[in-house]
Amino acid sequence: MHQLWLKRSLILSLAAILTAVACGTSSSTNAGSVKVMATWTGAEQASFMAVMKPFTDSTGITIQYEASRDQDALLTTRVAAGNPPDLAAAPSPTLLTNFAKTGKVVALNNVVDMTALQSQYSPGWITLGEPLNDGKLYEVYSWVSLKGLIWYDPKNFQAKGYNIPNSWDSLLNLQQTIKSGGTTPWCIALESGAASGWPGSDWVKEIVLSQSGPTVYDSWWQGKQKWTSPEIKLAWQTWGTILGSGDSNVYGGAKNMAATNFGDGGTPMFQSPPKCYMHNQASFITSFFQSANASLQPVTDFNFFPLPDITSQYAGAHVVAGDAWSMFHNTPQAQQMLKYLQTAAAQAIWVKRGGKISPNNQVSLDSYPDALSKSTAQILVATKIAKYDAGDLMPADMKNAYWSAVLQFVADQSKLNSILANLDSVQAKAYTS
Amino acid sequence: MDFSVLLTDIPTLVAVIVGVPLVLAAYIVGGEYLVRRLPDKARPAVRPWIWVAPALLLVTGFLVLPAVGTVIQSFQDNHGNFVGLTNFGNQLSGFPTGGSWIAIRDNLFWLIFYTLGALAFGLLLAVVFDRVPYEKIVKSLIFMPMAISSVATVVIWKFMYAYQPPGQPQTGTLNAILSTVFRQDPRTWVQDVTPILGLFPLNNMALIAAAVWGIVGFSMVILSAALKGIPGDLLEAARVDGAGEITIFRRVIFPLMMPTVVVVGTTLVIFALKAFDVVYAFTAGNYQTDVLANRMYKLLYDHFPSDYANASAVAVILLATVIPVLIFNLRQFRAVEARR
Repeated sequence: MHQLWLKRSLILSLAAILTAVACGTSSSTNAGSVKVMATWTGAEQASFMAVMKPFTDSTGITIQYEASRDQDALLTTRVAAGNPPDLAAAPSPTLLTNFAKTGKVVALNNVVDMTALQSQYSPGWITLGEPLNDGKLYEVYSWVSLKGLIWYDPKNFQAKGYNIPNSWDSLLNLQQTIKSGGTTPWCIALESGAASGWPGSDWVKEIVLSQSGPTVYDSWWQGKQKWTSPEIKLAWQTWGTILGSGDSNVYGGAKNMAATNFGDGGTPMFQSPPKCYMHNQASFITSFFQSANASLQPVTDFNFFPLPDITSQYAGAHVVAGDAWSMFHNTPQAQQMLKYLQTAAAQAIWVKRGGKISPNNQVSLDSYPDALSKSTAQILVATKIAKYDAGDLMPADMKNAYWSAVLQFVADQSKLNSILANLDSVQAKAYTS
Repeated sequence: MDFSVLLTDIPTLVAVIVGVPLVLAAYIVGGEYLVRRLPDKARPAVRPWIWVAPALLLVTGFLVLPAVGTVIQSFQDNHGNFVGLTNFGNQLSGFPTGGSWIAIRDNLFWLIFYTLGALAFGLLLAVVFDRVPYEKIVKSLIFMPMAISSVATVVIWKFMYAYQPPGQPQTGTLNAILSTVFRQDPRTWVQDVTPILGLFPLNNMALIAAAVWGIVGFSMVILSAALKGIPGDLLEAARVDGAGEITIFRRVIFPLMMPTVVVVGTTLVIFALKAFDVVYAFTAGNYQTDVLANRMYKLLYDHFPSDYANASAVAVILLATVIPVLIFNLRQFRAVEARR
């Protein structure tokens, strides 16, 4: 009796499945797809999808997009399991470079349009994509950002008669003037989950580059320059003069720095009266300003000046960061997509939506949606010494120790020597594996 | 939700939808067919194994073998060479702040305060609300956090613990109470390592409190069920004999609930030992709040290439601590079941 029932239900379910499959196949195209992994979610994901729409429309190739903020863990696992995406965009090229070392990513010299790349990208960006110094390109950059921007509220500056500092000394003078007026000059926020401390590490690396130049900077992140060396120690001490003794130059002091998320870091600038006058952060921070306070307008309510040069010899040196692409599967679809992403047309789409700057010199300055991003782009074009974010170039162990060191340093600046000695001992191990 | 991705690989889709039930049906029908061919006496001995075999295979493949692999790996370096106890030495050296010691210390805090906290509050709530008419509503409310993922719990508690500098309007509930009611300076609950009573760092306790809030519904519901299982005439007899309510709880209710308390307690101990999500979402192990599970995660993913050797050693330490509790828990659970 129930054998009959079994047969009937089997036949029914088979029929249902076959119908579903038949209906499904009729509507799909056969141009293939590209599996992509990146860290963009929310508004950034929407922008990336907007970039990819013309590509899908013209080629029929669909994008299977996957996003995770915990990309290091996810990508490492997926590569180890033999199931990586076709393309991945990482904010930290170190991860991709490690995959290049172990042969998990494809050399891109025959994949991308090298001629176009060389004519449209500044050599610095191409060199950054050749991390193994074997003449092979493993990473291409689609969007970049400039670090070391000091944000301020022009209305507050005007009300107090403060001028934009054009030298390191005038910056120190300005912070002294602000402090004697009874307000803390700086807002700094360090909380960022597993990455807590990184906003402070930006300060240190910007100071190292501007103070001691690109050679020291490079050998520092490469692990050849000790943390206890005079140059690196001086950079921390210089940051200490910004923080003030006992972090007295920073709103809320050490406790507030540690407890405040980096995204909320600049918000106290816009309170009335302002709790601080300056905030050092990369260009992305404007979206946080505006999400905390929707009425804020670029240029009139917030503007920036680049961190002043410390040593005149290295004037115009800036720390930059970017989204690096690497290829794990050399499929024709992934090739087409990577070629598309290096074009000015593709990059301009996100530039126009705001929040990104293009490394491609064919993207016109008129593409930038507001005066701020335009001037960021101008600074980036005029940058004499561009260096990639040192923290992102260090091995993960080193980077994490660097971030922790920031937290320890702001908690007690007098422990600098032991903090640096500890970083040296991490450095001794981190680069060998 | 975009389901069109399902249609990109039709053969796999068909294989999964048709193949999986087909194989399962064939296994059941085939197994039963074979059992029927056996002599009558042998059937009861063979039949259970036919049904249990798939589960056994899955457990062996996905749990036992990887666990054995982890143990083997904990005695090797990252290139597969035997290194004896080196990895364990790395974890257990540098007492009190080196190796895994901070994580071990914090796991101990979790073990004590998370377990006792969840048990005590669960018992209190179960006993107190047993006596009110609106019990069901209150219990549902207290059970609700169980349905929230730990990460969401942390998001909620980050608001509870939010900090603004002294003199500013406090956005965090706790600091608002602290500054308006007690006229004290606000504290950074999640970062402040100041020890309470000279022993227990504030931030560890804050993390554990959030976790207890998330789990207390679990212990309350089970303890409440045990409470309801105590015969009413027993309590009646005690009252007739002149026992007060507190005496009844101490001498009648609590002893009868003891086996359930032990089962819930040991389950909580296991939860405490494998604590990860709350710590990861709050501090990611910063500010001396690390626990073993988070340390293992960091060794795997904050390193490149992953430090499988040391991560395995941490995993084995964790496993070795959990297993005795697990066995005790199972025994106790069986004892409770047998008494029913």
